[in-house]
Order: sequence, then structure tokens, then C-alpha cells
Amino acid sequence: MKFSTFFYTLWQGVKNIFRNKLFSLASVATISACLFLFGVFYSILANFQHIVKTAEEGVCVVVFFDEDITEERISEIGTMITKRPEVSKINYVSAEDAWNVFKDEYLGEYSDGFTENPLADCANYEIYLNDVSLQNALVTYLESVPGISEVKRSELTALTLSNANKLIGYVSLGIIGILLAVSVFLISNTVTIGIQVRKEEISIMKYIGATDYFVRAPFVIEGILIGLIGSAIPLGLIYFIYNRALNFVRDQFKVLSSLLNFLTVNDVYKMLLPICLGIGVGIGFLGSFSTVRKHLRV
Amino acid sequence: MAFNRPKKKLMEDDEVIVLNNVSKSYQAGVQALSNVNIRIKKGEFVFVVGDSGSGKSTFIKLLLRELVPTTGSIYILDYNLNKIKHRKVPKFRRNIGVVFQDFRLLKDRNVYENVAFAQRIIEVPSAQIRKNVPKVLATVGLAGKYKVKPGRLSGGEQQRVAIARALVNKPSIILADEPTGNLDPKNSMEIMKLLEEINEKGTTVIMVTHNKEIVNAMQKRVITLNKGVIISDVEKGGYNDEI
Repeated sequence: MKFSTFFYTLWQGVKNIFRNKLFSLASVATISACLFLFGVFYSILANFQHIVKTAEEGVCVVVFFDEDITEERISEIGTMITKRPEVSKINYVSAEDAWNVFKDEYLGEYSDGFTENPLADCANYEIYLNDVSLQNALVTYLESVPGISEVKRSELTALTLSNANKLIGYVSLGIIGILLAVSVFLISNTVTIGIQVRKEEISIMKYIGATDYFVRAPFVIEGILIGLIGSAIPLGLIYFIYNRALNFVRDQFKVLSSLLNFLTVNDVYKMLLPICLGIGVGIGFLGSFSTVRKHLRV
Repeated sequence: MAFNRPKKKLMEDDEVIVLNNVSKSYQAGVQALSNVNIRIKKGEFVFVVGDSGSGKSTFIKLLLRELVPTTGSIYILDYNLNKIKHRKVPKFRRNIGVVFQDFRLLKDRNVYENVAFAQRIIEVPSAQIRKNVPKVLATVGLAGKYKVKPGRLSGGEQQRVAIARALVNKPSIILADEPTGNLDPKNSMEIMKLLEEINEKGTTVIMVTHNKEIVNAMQKRVITLNKGVIISDVEKGGYNDEI
């Protein structure tokens, strides 16, 4: 293929968009509408997942030690726990730390009467998990470790968060799957109608002696460009709306925003941007490629 | 291209099209052509006539390699159409200029662009296209209308553009499918005159028609098809009144 042919087909692809203004507009609108819905759902679900994840990160298992345990053994146990795959981080709280926190929170000036540390046996590890659904497995392990006298956990919180996380995962998959299927259906229909209009042009090209590449390339380029524009529009809209919505929630529902930790628009776009562009360009490419293919056997 | 060259005994040097016992039947069981044998020499002008359902359309589709014969073999120029690979078909078709009854011009492009389009397809450099297109438009008498869109041309002019498009790639064969079917008698005769001039310059012309007046006036070779069978093949013949 010559360079001039490559640029000619590229230019024809761009021109095709303007030659078939109505079809191009319909295709861009269809892709935009589908990806807008997809983006909105994705943003909501990503926030839900983030909120649950943040809550999960605060759930920890606390282990206490036998009375006669040595500092070396405590350190060994710490190393063993850190190596466990379900553990994200551990935090050692010495007896002094525990007493200081207790004093500050509950006793204040009344603590002056205590000459000895009443929490002398309360040194512990706070263990934070990667995934709260793995809490049971970790607790079983910890209970079998010599030197650990007690394992404290919040089973109800872990179970609720784990279930919520699963539910959000399934709902996300379901909604995104349905939206994608609807998008592909609508877009392939739009492309098919567009190709029907230009069946004549394709057949003329084939009779004159155009190669499959020459026939297909402008349509595929057109499809990719339509996909690109169709995904850029909802991405721009969602960016604007998301920021406005986030500011609105922060201003109007201060209690809510202090309790819940929302994602910034940049965090959401780390995934949403490549996914939307990929879907738009992918659908444009595949839709035009496969639809033109049907008409190449002339 | 030598790999596709038919054996000499099947195709003589001066022949451009050979159909050997060609039959074509469709899945529905319709027999479109039965044992058709045709040999066309370089530079011939041949009319293929016949009523609706006589097999004319199937004949054209076979020559363009849009269809393959059910039995028999077709050789055109250096190509054995029974064995040609799909990716080689475009190159083969560049040897045939096709003219349709309904012109089949790109309505959103002007006269110049419609003709240049055919050159683009075979990857002719832009500078060469700028030389070739005005020349061929002058040949068909449309040099002054190169900027006009097909919708603003008469039927005769549109057919001239279609002929220019078919000619610009300098094909060995012009295949005209009812080129006068949508034209009045005056325009029809002008198109025939143009096709005759093209033929006189050495291009083989095959024209499918059922226009009795034109066939009788031209006195060229006439092949008559009836229900998929050749019922006559006459040099300098007229329209066969048996059909």
C-alpha cells in the first residue's frame, strides 16, 4: 500500500463523517447516550465500593498475649502475622500506649491516683486486613499461635461489609453488563443502517476493482472517529457533573460528607477514561469492520 | 500472473474471453445458464441479447467474477476465473470497465471526483490523476462539466460520466449492462457512437441489451440467450425475433 493511499483512505474516513451528517450524528448520539449512562453508573458504584473499602480498612482484629510472654516472642509473633497474605498492616500497642490512650479518652485528670499501669498485660497487635471476608481464616490461625491468649474481632461488622462488597460487585457487573449489551446492540444497528445507505458505494468500489482494504479502511476510520467523539462527549459531561455533584453534597450535606469518603473525579477517571474510550473506539471499530465485511463478497 | 494463464489449447492468443460449457444453477434449483460456449476475440464488439430471465444478468456476474460457474470454465485475459483467489479478484476487475443501466455514480461527488475515484482505487499517483481525468472527460465530451454533481446532469451525460469512469483505467474490456436502458433514442445513439469509438481504438466491448433498434442499427456480432441457452451467435447480425 502506498503512503498516498493510506492518507487518502484516512481523509475519506474523515470526509465520510460529514458526507453522512445525519448518520454520524445518530451514531455519536447513540454511543454518547450509552456511555453516559455507563459512566454515571460506574461513578456511583465506584464510590460505593470505595466507601465500603474505606470502612473495611478500619476493621481490625486485636490479639493479646500470655502474661509471661517475652518481648522477643511478641516480636516473633508480629513477624509471623505480617507474613500472612490476608494482612495489610499491623500496629503494635504497648501496655504504656494502651494506658495513655485509655487515660486520655476516659479518665483525664482522675488518672493521677494510679501509680501503676492497670493495663500492664494489655499489650496487643491491631491487625488490619486486605479483605474482611478473610477474617475467619486469620482468626483460626491466630488462635493456634503459642503466646496469644485472646483474639478479639468484630464478626458482625466484617460480615456486613463483606456482604455489602459482594452485593455491590454483583450489581455493578449486572448493570454494566446490561448497559454494554444495550450499547453494542444500539450501535451495531446504527452502523448497519449507515452501511445499508452506502451499500451502493461499496458495490461500485468492488466492481471497479477496489481491494477489501480500500473499501473497508474509510468505514473503519469513520467508525473509530465516531466512537472517539461519542465517548469524549459523555466523559466531558460526567467530569463536569461529577464535580458539581460532589461540591453540592459537600456543601449541603456536611454530616454525610464527613462520614463518607467520596472519590475525587480524578480517581474515578483513572478507570473510567480508558474504559469509555476503549468501549467507544472498540465498538466503532468492530461495528464498522464486521458490518462492511458482509458487503465485501461482491 | 503466469500461474493463472490458461493452457494455450483452451484460449487462443487473440481471444480475451472464453466460456467453456458454462452452466450456472442457483440454490433454489433455478438453472440460469446451461452449457454456454462463447469465445470473444480482442477488439470485438459483441451484443448479448435476450428477454428477462434469459440469463443475461448471470452472464455479467460470471464475467465479473461475482459468481462462479456451477460447471464449466471461464477464462478472461490471463485469469482462470474458476481458480482465481478472492484477494486477486480486485486486480482482475481492473481489466474490465463496467457501465450500468442506472449509471451508479456517487451522487455526493462531482464529475471529476467520480472519475478520479476509479483511479484512486488502483492507486494512481495524484499528479497522474490530474492529467488522466481531464483527458478522459474530453473524450466523452464532458470537459466543461467536471465540477457538476451527477444530479444536475441529464441521463445521457450521467452515462458519459459512467463511461469515462470505466475508461479511465484503460481496461481491455468494457462491459456495458443495458447502458441505454434509461435513455431516450437520441442519447442512446450518442452513447452507442461513443462505445463504437472506444471499440475502434482497440477495446473489446460487450454490451447486454434488449434494444432492438440499436442492435439492428449497429450490425455487430449478436449472441442471443433464451432460458439460459445460446440460441444464436451471428457475426454482423440483427436482433433475433425468435425471443
